[in-house]
Amino acid sequence: MNAHPMLSMFRWIVTRDLTLAWRRRADVLSTLFFFVIVVSLFPLGIGPEMRLLQSIAPGVVWVAALLASMLSLNRLFANDYQDGTLEQMLLTPQPLYLVVMGKVLAQWLVSELPLVLIAPLVGVQFGLASNTLVVLFFSLLIGTPILSFIGSIGAALTLGLRGGGVLVALLVLPLYIPVLIFGAGAVDSSIVGIDPMANLYLLSALLVLSVVFAPWAASAALRISLE
Amino acid sequence: MIPSPVNFFFDPMLEATKLGCVRGARRLFRDLNFSLAPGTFMQVTGPNGCGKTSLLRIICGLVTPDEGKVTWQGASIQSLGEEYARRLTYLGHRIGVKEELTSVENLRIASGLTASDLTTSDAREALERIGLAGREDLPARFLSEGQRRRSALARLITGETSLWVLDEVLASLDSAAIKIVESLIERHLDNGGMAIVATHQELHIAAGSFQRLELAS
Repeated sequence: MNAHPMLSMFRWIVTRDLTLAWRRRADVLSTLFFFVIVVSLFPLGIGPEMRLLQSIAPGVVWVAALLASMLSLNRLFANDYQDGTLEQMLLTPQPLYLVVMGKVLAQWLVSELPLVLIAPLVGVQFGLASNTLVVLFFSLLIGTPILSFIGSIGAALTLGLRGGGVLVALLVLPLYIPVLIFGAGAVDSSIVGIDPMANLYLLSALLVLSVVFAPWAASAALRISLE
Repeated sequence: MIPSPVNFFFDPMLEATKLGCVRGARRLFRDLNFSLAPGTFMQVTGPNGCGKTSLLRIICGLVTPDEGKVTWQGASIQSLGEEYARRLTYLGHRIGVKEELTSVENLRIASGLTASDLTTSDAREALERIGLAGREDLPARFLSEGQRRRSALARLITGETSLWVLDEVLASLDSAAIKIVESLIERHLDNGGMAIVATHQELHIAAGSFQRLELAS
């Protein structure tokens, strides 16, 4: 049971956030439903024009994923800020970097992973071929953690501000653009029959960058927000 | 080197020199000096809005002071970082109790964050001592304000830190709970701990070394 103190704290943060999410299931499900409904509205609105649907599918699914991830962002730190648990986390004897990392991981597992898993299913409505659905799945699997990591910076910066929700969107959505371009680009190239790996590699590079730098930036932002 | 008992009790551990704090356009305090040796109890008093909470947050390192510095064993707390956090328990206005979690879960997570794993039975025992027997497994949102505070105070029993910084710790506590808090602080001081408490109410603490810091508005 005597794991390294850092690992043990990391585990506590993740289990804590997962437990909290389980006790507030409705909040979590709303993100998933939002994604499914927004994506499904397009085929309903446009009608059964396969060619058109196929060409807009990558953009639509990815934009819906971005917006859905925005929805869950304000939950990342705001509740903990209000009841004082965030203050306690700032005073833990372990690096704040790890706290942020644990919270982002839990947020991704709870809000984004279900969305990644259901994406191939909603993709069927756009008449995507099975190999394209696989690319869609992997592009979201690599891309959505980047959204969570970048989003954590925005959520930390706008903590405790009035109208923080809108501000987060303004701060974070521009930073999501590269992810959107490479993510949707991967799916696009698979539709037209080009190898999507180039886009996926670039997406993976972005993931590595965001894992390294985003928690660090977010912890600095948290310290400023809690002063 | 093991410090001799005499040094151990008289060398200041925590020292604040020329602390000053400005909030917005208002100066809260300036030139604040104090030092705490093991076994010292310091009560911070003053009217509402005089900067008690700001001072306590500076002592914890949550806020960087505008002037002056706080040192722990001679090193500034900002440079010590997590090393200092290991010695510190802070209970603020917002007590850090999650409404969705039970008292046992809250307590176990709080000590898990300081990387000391607490068993469920240890957590139950601490909660029983703080007077929450029979309510350990209720989500905190079903507890009264005072009971929630008690469940936060259980951290003082399970933690092993040497400096306690308690902000308005007696708020919404009944007289029985206040007695428990007083005896906890006394035992902590006897063991060579230090406590800084901001409160309006009078605390009856038999401390070897008692300081009062009065902040003027």
